Amino acid sequence: MAGVSARVTLNEAGRLAVLQEMRADKRVWVLGEDVARGGLWGQYRDFHDEFGAERIVSTPISESTIMGAGLGAALVGTRPIIEMRIFDFVMCAMDELVNQIAKVRYMFGGQATPAVVVRMPHGMWRNSAAQHSQMLEAWFAHLPGVTIATPSTAEDQAGLLVTAIRSDDPVLFFDPKDLWGVEGDVPAVIEPIPFGKARVMREGSDLTIVTWSALTPQVGEAMETLAKDGIKADVLDLRTIWPWDIDAVAASVKKTGRLLVAHEAVEVGGFGGEVVATIVDRLGPQNIKAAKRIGAPRVPVPFSPPLENEIRVTPEKIVAAAKAAMV
Amino acid sequence: MTTDNATPGGAGHNAARLKELFRTMVRIRAFEETAMAAHQNGEMPGPLHVSIGQEGVAAGVCANLRDDDRLTSNHRGHGHALAKGAQPDAMFGELFGRESGYCKGKGGSMHIADFSVGMLGANGVVGGGIPIAVGAAQGLKMLGSNAVAVCMFGDGAANRGPFLEGLNWAALYKLPVLFVCEDNGVAAFTATASVTAGPGVSARAESLGVPATGVDGNDVAAVDAAVGRIVAGIRAGSGPHLLHAKTFRWTGHTSTDAAAWRDPAEVEAGKARCPIARLRATLFEAGVSGAECDAMVTEAAAEMQASRTTANAAAWPAGAVAYDDVQDTGAMKWQA
Ligand SMILES: Cc1ncc(C[n+]2csc(CCOP(=O)(O)OP(=O)(O)O)c2C)c(N)n1
Repeated sequence: MAGVSARVTLNEAGRLAVLQEMRADKRVWVLGEDVARGGLWGQYRDFHDEFGAERIVSTPISESTIMGAGLGAALVGTRPIIEMRIFDFVMCAMDELVNQIAKVRYMFGGQATPAVVVRMPHGMWRNSAAQHSQMLEAWFAHLPGVTIATPSTAEDQAGLLVTAIRSDDPVLFFDPKDLWGVEGDVPAVIEPIPFGKARVMREGSDLTIVTWSALTPQVGEAMETLAKDGIKADVLDLRTIWPWDIDAVAASVKKTGRLLVAHEAVEVGGFGGEVVATIVDRLGPQNIKAAKRIGAPRVPVPFSPPLENEIRVTPEKIVAAAKAAMV
Repeated sequence: MTTDNATPGGAGHNAARLKELFRTMVRIRAFEETAMAAHQNGEMPGPLHVSIGQEGVAAGVCANLRDDDRLTSNHRGHGHALAKGAQPDAMFGELFGRESGYCKGKGGSMHIADFSVGMLGANGVVGGGIPIAVGAAQGLKMLGSNAVAVCMFGDGAANRGPFLEGLNWAALYKLPVLFVCEDNGVAAFTATASVTAGPGVSARAESLGVPATGVDGNDVAAVDAAVGRIVAGIRAGSGPHLLHAKTFRWTGHTSTDAAAWRDPAEVEAGKARCPIARLRATLFEAGVSGAECDAMVTEAAAEMQASRTTANAAAWPAGAVAYDDVQDTGAMKWQA
């Protein structure tokens, strides 16, 4: 890593990554609501002063066109960052994302290069209820034609954003909005982090725990508790769920014989099921003592704090699930 | 809304230009008649939407575009593609699902694209091309080009949300985009007027500050003259414009729809306004003989027939092609 690192928040790390790439490549620009005043989350703070209204485009509340115009602009050779403000609003742009962006390269036999980054801050966030808290990354893992980044640290936010912006694939970038404030060391020159490489959070021999995005801190707490109780977990943050690091997870489960996948999203139909199925298939069921997943119950995210806490995947629940996997 | 009427042979229309417009229209007609015959004969899988009767719009609009001008089209887009410069061999190859097709057989009739001539693709989603054209215009402006983007859509699409969003957006950023509403009066199987409130597409555009021009889409010279003027303005920085071109679709919705739901008298009246027959009469007055027109018709039919034959002889795509062009990172690999 080059240059001096600075201790910054995840939000600032992403800001620095986009800043670096926009300075390096004039074709990179941002469109979305309120981005000229810095974006809802301050993730484009001061960009307008530096890049002007042509490259930091505050748009009308027109999600279909934010998404679709981003695609059209990519098709003529620019490299847009499409800011969705909050993930849940992408529902208003599903045609443009699912039928157009994810399809044009294939449908037109390779003629199109939909080099867009779609940023979608997702997840539970301070009692924001059912339309501002969702985690539906699994839907998009099901969608051919896109890659999916789900970082949880400041370092990864920066490095994965650099990769995303330089990628010719459409990248769905799920900013973990409850983790904007977590801090990390970001170098003066941010290097790209390849997609599909997991980050090892802890090494252990008893049980593999796989997680990503907003649940990572809870898993971190759980693994400390487990260690105190004598259970040594091998813990992986996938960082990207498409592609995802099948080799690293398989190698870990081969060592531990046990797998627990933990995510904030609803468990039913969640990406955890895909991880479990793939690993069981790869290693053979006879070689695995336990393969489990834990996610939220299949209910919308409620508003009231005790209700929201009720459905959260907490460190306690992760510890309990891990212990259940040990028998 | 302003209305444009052509002066036959006038408004910059010399016989040579009229002949080119005629050639474009008869090539579109021949392409689609050949495609229909092929479809009926089982040579073409999947649905086929033809634009027979609407050729004047595609020909008149695209006669004013350069290769670096971009065009987005809809589900009824063969004419748009041909007029923009796409080649019939690769188009028939695509219709027939062959490797020689524009999209290696992965798109079909509803997804023909030829980026080399600025044809950014037909679209299976009604209204889907509107935001894309707007974004293309925004990108072109950002890159300092004076190329324009053109969006072809049907009257049915003006009832979708992206129409409002896209026009507002284009006006807001003063983008170089021409919206062309190809108004054939029907949306699939329904008379558009029966499902549309208010005074129409031009009034909607004007309410958003997008100037609108009405034109008889079956008068190709009028379309050509209007678009020539409008595109020159857009290139010079005037911002977006909407062209409302009234036309008529001779057929049902798809080639398997016998159109029994349509009023036969209305269809007869519509056919009587054939844009090709009309230009033929104008050409005659301008000194181009019927024999010369017939020769262009015969030539177009032979060209399309040859492309049909070539496409039928072309190879099917290999299984591995299904795995190509998905994405660079995280693409699944084909296994024999
Ligand atoms: C969003 C969407 N809704 C419905 C359809 C099904 N559909 C295909 S063509 C069509 C009619 C479109 O009307 P118009 O644009 O006026 O063109 P026309 O086919 O009548 O020439 C419909 C409803 C679709 N393809 N996309």
